[in-house]
Amino acid sequence: MIEIKNLSKYFNDQKVLDDISLHVNAGEIFAIVGHSGAGKSTLLRCINGLERFSDGDLMVLDKEVKTLNAHGLNELRSQIGMIFQNFSLLNQKNVYENIALPMRVWSYSTEAIQKRVDELLSLVGLEAKKFVYPKELSGGQKQRVAIARALTLNPKILLSDEATSALDPNTTQSILELLQEINIKLGVTIIIVTHEMDVVKKVASRALLLEDGKVIGLGRIEDLFLRPDETMMRFLGEDEELPTEGVNIRLFFPHTISYQPIVTQMARELDVNFTIVWGKLEKLNDHVVGSLVINMDEKTSGRITDYLHEKTEVIWEVL
Amino acid sequence: MEQTITSFFEKSFVMKSVLIDAVIETLTMSLVSTFLATFIGFMLAIVLIITDKNGISPNRYTYKFLDVTINMLRSFPFIILIIVLFPVTKFLVGKHTGTFAMIVPLTIGTAPFIARMIEGAFKEVDKSVVEAAQSFGTNKFQIIFRVLLPEAFPSIISAITLSLIIIVGFSAMAGTVGGGGLGAVAMNYGYYRFDALYIFWTVFILIVLVQIFQSLGDILYKIVKH
Repeated sequence: MIEIKNLSKYFNDQKVLDDISLHVNAGEIFAIVGHSGAGKSTLLRCINGLERFSDGDLMVLDKEVKTLNAHGLNELRSQIGMIFQNFSLLNQKNVYENIALPMRVWSYSTEAIQKRVDELLSLVGLEAKKFVYPKELSGGQKQRVAIARALTLNPKILLSDEATSALDPNTTQSILELLQEINIKLGVTIIIVTHEMDVVKKVASRALLLEDGKVIGLGRIEDLFLRPDETMMRFLGEDEELPTEGVNIRLFFPHTISYQPIVTQMARELDVNFTIVWGKLEKLNDHVVGSLVINMDEKTSGRITDYLHEKTEVIWEVL
Repeated sequence: MEQTITSFFEKSFVMKSVLIDAVIETLTMSLVSTFLATFIGFMLAIVLIITDKNGISPNRYTYKFLDVTINMLRSFPFIILIIVLFPVTKFLVGKHTGTFAMIVPLTIGTAPFIARMIEGAFKEVDKSVVEAAQSFGTNKFQIIFRVLLPEAFPSIISAITLSLIIIVGFSAMAGTVGGGGLGAVAMNYGYYRFDALYIFWTVFILIVLVQIFQSLGDILYKIVKH
């Protein structure tokens, strides 16, 4: 659906995006994560041509973005919806006209527009606000209107640029649920740019981590969050304090087995003692997954690894 | 006392037809000039906003040329501009005095001002709204007329109101160098004949006109602003 190869962008002499490669699959929710100034919004804007890039290739819906002329780019953009942090609604137009605008721009008939706007209003739950002006809406409602507007032309891709950053936690949840619904019901591929880890953990299936324009992590979020490498841990601001004596083993519980009593069972069956020295539970995509670091002396470590290997589905590594 | 008041009204009654003609002339000059200046100013503003370095089709030379021209026209004291434009006025209207002739310098003098204000109104529109419109494939022409114009419309109404009031003032000034209207009455009857009552009535009528225009502008602004 989206294929980025060795993409770089310079701003004056500064490299704002450095050799980025990634692939976004059709139908997934993909997150681009980073602290402010990491280049994540710039990368997102390259996808629909709002930003130009200096080197590399970027294929979107089988089109090479950098070779498109103005008309070609507009055609491509009509298949890519976008929502923004500050909603970007026309304040002088009511909800109906805001949602209708993309179709007006593309010269649809009034009947088609009316039908589509009504559909979208019921999708985002704002039927009652049809003729209300944006200033009378709350932040969450404005973002719902913006989402409806982004979906007007039946896009295949939806780009979300910090869409929940200006919203309170509860509203953020409801907007994320709406995005999930759109992803599942309408099959729209969604790319989310955010600095909020909670957003990534809740909705994204895969994520790209950016720091100073460089990729520092790319993969499934279970891997990124539960088995973070050093850069990832620094990025998340986490550090583990592990004992220096004995052997440390990290256990990783995928969501399929996260409710099984594996640790206590192992202790009982092997009749060994070990210390739990670190642990973490995460809710990722509405599944609970966890990781645990246990510490034991070297003698018992062999028996434990054998047990883990033979009798459980736990993923583990010796640290 | 009673006599003074009676003579005030008697004298004022004599002035009535002169003043009514003058009001009609002032209104004609002001409204026609405002209309033309808004039209020209709007066109200039659109070219400015398109060719601006952050605009949708930047063109440094066009922008700079208009920028300098506008600044130049705006730096003329208006009364000097009227005189400088005499040949142009004569060419366009056939003469350089009278109500209709004054429409030329009034239009040329205020169009750059209106252009700047409309440009400002366009620039006030949130950049991210323009970006949002681009994100669903809006072309440059549509961005101006479907996004910038509706969003800037209330500010443009305010700008036109302000211009109209400035033009009323300018038109009175034009009266001193051969224009018609209330300015000419104040000059010819009030200043040269030293008749304070004419000065009083012209100033009074100008104050009322400005009040009316401002109130109408405010009402219109409230209607269009959401």
